[in-house]
Amino acid sequence: MYTYDQYDQTLVDERVAQFRDQTQRYLDGQISDEEFLPLRLQNGLYVQRLAPMLRIAIPYGLLSSRQVRKLAEISRRFDKGYVHFTTRQNIQLNWPQLEEVPDILAELASVQMHAIQTSGNCIRNTTTDQFAGVAVDEIEDPRPWCEIIRQWSTFHPEFAFLPRKFKIAVCGSEEDRAAFLLHDIGIQLVKNDRGETGFHIYVGGGLGRTPVIASSIREFLPQKHLLTYLDAILRVYNRYGNRDNKYKARIKILVKAWTPEVFAQRVESEWQQIIAGDKDGLGELTGREIERVKTCFTLPNYKIVDQAEADAQLAALAQDNIPFARWLSRNVRDQKQPGYSAVTLSLKPAGVAPGDVTDRQLEKIADLADQFSFGELRSTHNQNIVLADVLKSDLFDLWQLAKADGLATPNIGTINDIICCPGGDYCSLANAKSIPVAEAIQRKFEDLDYVYDLGDLELNISGCMNACGHHHVGHIGILGVDKKGEEWYQIQIGGSASKQAALAKVLGPSLSRDAVVEGIEKLLDVYIEHRQPEETFLATYQRIGMDKFKERVYAEHS
Amino acid sequence: MPNILSHGKVIDDHWILLSDEDAIPAQGDIIVPLSTWAAQREVLLAREGAVSVLLDGQDEVETIADDLAHFPMIAIHFAKFVDGRGFSSALLLRDRYHYQGNIRAIGHIIRDQLFLMKRCGFSEFSFSAEIDLHAAADSLNVFSESYQTAADTAEPLFRRRR
Ligand code: SF4
Repeated sequence: MYTYDQYDQTLVDERVAQFRDQTQRYLDGQISDEEFLPLRLQNGLYVQRLAPMLRIAIPYGLLSSRQVRKLAEISRRFDKGYVHFTTRQNIQLNWPQLEEVPDILAELASVQMHAIQTSGNCIRNTTTDQFAGVAVDEIEDPRPWCEIIRQWSTFHPEFAFLPRKFKIAVCGSEEDRAAFLLHDIGIQLVKNDRGETGFHIYVGGGLGRTPVIASSIREFLPQKHLLTYLDAILRVYNRYGNRDNKYKARIKILVKAWTPEVFAQRVESEWQQIIAGDKDGLGELTGREIERVKTCFTLPNYKIVDQAEADAQLAALAQDNIPFARWLSRNVRDQKQPGYSAVTLSLKPAGVAPGDVTDRQLEKIADLADQFSFGELRSTHNQNIVLADVLKSDLFDLWQLAKADGLATPNIGTINDIICCPGGDYCSLANAKSIPVAEAIQRKFEDLDYVYDLGDLELNISGCMNACGHHHVGHIGILGVDKKGEEWYQIQIGGSASKQAALAKVLGPSLSRDAVVEGIEKLLDVYIEHRQPEETFLATYQRIGMDKFKERVYAEHS
Repeated sequence: MPNILSHGKVIDDHWILLSDEDAIPAQGDIIVPLSTWAAQREVLLAREGAVSVLLDGQDEVETIADDLAHFPMIAIHFAKFVDGRGFSSALLLRDRYHYQGNIRAIGHIIRDQLFLMKRCGFSEFSFSAEIDLHAAADSLNVFSESYQTAADTAEPLFRRRR
């Protein structure tokens, strides 16, 4: 993974000192609440319903075991001994004290971590595929590009006060696991006729109140121009994005208002001027820099393994052990290096808020990473953890250890692998609670045979239309709404965050909390009755449409 | 005379800031809104004393691109400190139009923005709030390095790393 040199380290250290000074001046009454707001947000600090919340950056989801141990220690020392993994591959502490945040940031800096730009109207953490570097369908490892973007966006002098937050995702594979079409900028790595890697650039995607799928504005951008082109997009947005109404301030609204064609022309013209003014091409990425960053992501020393033999051994173990077989089928996938697998540790056992882990579990995860995956791990936008590069012959041992610590629930990609925002239990913007709904669904669908029979099913829950739980792109989405002061839930179906991205459609009138689980059951009944062999819930919906689902759920209400 | 920060030093400010309703004084160095400059350009150039133009958030620097030689200073107004448009205006003046005069931030700005503003090409700061300017000057240098190219560095860090 990327390791800081003295420049990177100096910058995060100076950032800690800067925020320490700002916090002190705020506590001394020298900075107003209004003026402190963007300063603390750009250091990850929110003020939530119950307490401050600190969001810590995990650049493109990659962590070392050393960093995870530090997070465990921080959560114990400064918080209540647990952390929450978010849908943007970051983590949150739910109970830090404002006065102690500078100390927390200093601890983070000691392991090359930070909370820079994890909130506020600035360029946020760049996200990518949790299987980067090992995915079978990979065109090129996206992580070096994410790191190059991270550095460019960190304290970018021109773009610290944008109209609204700004999110970038990079997709390096055939299948999309980064939901890049739902980002302000989505970057797809592509190859041209000469086999050179470049970027297909999309803009204006996003969830929230007005969900939009991003539009293509440039099909092939050569590597060296990545940063100048990003400068051009951001400059156009910074100058012309709406600043009067925060609900119209995302870049997607500007792209829509101008049309993607006009937006693309404006960016092109700005970019041509940037290039023309940069006669010596100093803003262009150098081959040396690209190489420098790429060499940080070199692959570990893989053993030569007889794939067939490894598979045969696994099959034999699985035959006698149904729980292990279930875990293999849902939580383990092949990677491009023969004999190795990528394992997803589930952070979604029933009864725990999706994405929450305790300090003890973090330490166990760090141990597992050291023992089985070269000391590295990845957070996912589905709020789980991935250990890549696990020898197939180690899977059984890994499973037993993970199971002992509650990290081996075999539910990845099933209806119980719910994406869920913190909702009304923590978030001051919420219309309704989301965690209890997730829990009720997990409790209802405990029968694993039934759950597996349902197959791949994404169920996403947001506590309000800010959509942190990505409800628009769930095969089933649940949105908390406020009806005269009561918590109700709107059900949506048919969304998808894949490359064939689709936005879910509203099923009908919203349901009370008690009726949600029953409503979901009815949706599943309709699916089971109508599905064709091998057809997923989403595919059945796409084939038969909304009506049959709707009729069933609202039958006795009409 | 109010004080401002200029190139890191606290100095007396001799510029007079006019609104679009103020009469144009015969003498003295004045800052006028873009609309006044557009309407009374000849009058402004004929008088004694220097003239500077005030760009608001929505004013495009492109509109004064051909006039820059007339201005020893250009002022950029911040109605709200979180309105980042002025950052682009300043950087465009430096990078695209090679403007060499002073660029002054006026209005609702806070000292914690100074480092980034300096990088975008601002050289002077006139705060609407009463603040300790000597202390504020410390915020100009909170970081010793930067990743990106900007008005202060033509080479991004990746060309200078060793
Ligand atoms: S979706 Fe709404 S309730 Fe949920 S975390 Fe986001 S803002 Fe809070």
